[in-house]
Amino acid sequence: MNDRQDIATRASGDVQRNGEDESRRSVIVLRPPADVFEDGEGITIALDMPGVSKDRLNIQTDNKTLTISGDVEFAMPQVMEAMLAEVQSTHYRRSFALSGELEPGQAEASLKDGVLSLRIPKRAELRPRRIEVRAA
Amino acid sequence: MFGSLSNFENLFEEFRRMEQDMDALLGNWAAPAGIRAVSRGQFPAANVGVTGDSVDVYLFAPGIDPKKLELSVQQNLLLVAGQRQLPVDEKATYYRRERFGGEFRRVITLPEDVDPERVEAKYRDGVLHVSLRRKESSRPRQIAVH
Repeated sequence: MNDRQDIATRASGDVQRNGEDESRRSVIVLRPPADVFEDGEGITIALDMPGVSKDRLNIQTDNKTLTISGDVEFAMPQVMEAMLAEVQSTHYRRSFALSGELEPGQAEASLKDGVLSLRIPKRAELRPRRIEVRAA
Repeated sequence: MFGSLSNFENLFEEFRRMEQDMDALLGNWAAPAGIRAVSRGQFPAANVGVTGDSVDVYLFAPGIDPKKLELSVQQNLLLVAGQRQLPVDEKATYYRRERFGGEFRRVITLPEDVDPERVEAKYRDGVLHVSLRRKESSRPRQIAVH
């Protein structure tokens, strides 16, 4: 198991621990589905968080963990009766464990139509370098 | 091995989560499933709320071009169909692919008395809000007692 896969597997463990903390306060937290992929320059995370606007999105990071949370906001009549309720919370939260070669401080985020895109670059000195082979 | 141990932990957490979901489902939201309802985890997820004079449908469809959505009401059936294309970077290594991609089609059964002529739809922050009015005749009416 290399470092990278470790990030991927540990991530879900962290999320579920968060979920447990939340459940003690009896709050249901949605775990937004994620795509995670890596290229030479960094890692990109795409998260589906429909209903979350820019000012209700919160991205926190130290060098080890990245936590994304957000609240859904939409106007709903007070006296509404639920006929169908597949989405049962207005809170999203998900955490990922980071590895040392990433620079979360340099991360860039964009939110469009309920999709959050997060780009975390690798430290410049750790990016793969192309080695040119000269003809002898 | 550490890997398999944490997998077991995850499994237990998953069961716990399912239990919590069930509790929540039976507690606050005891909404019966419609005959056209499909299994959970379907895209887009839907919430439907009803008041005396309106029906509000919220479809959680992030990352979609609303102009390309097909949305129609036929009697009391709401149909939503479209396609969600996720860009794929061929050179990148994927670790997780949990987001829905591809074509989707959902039919949602609404109360019998919705007025198919008075429908409004808005797409904001990845949520499609379809607002329908109910026909006058079926609204609860206050009856004065003399």
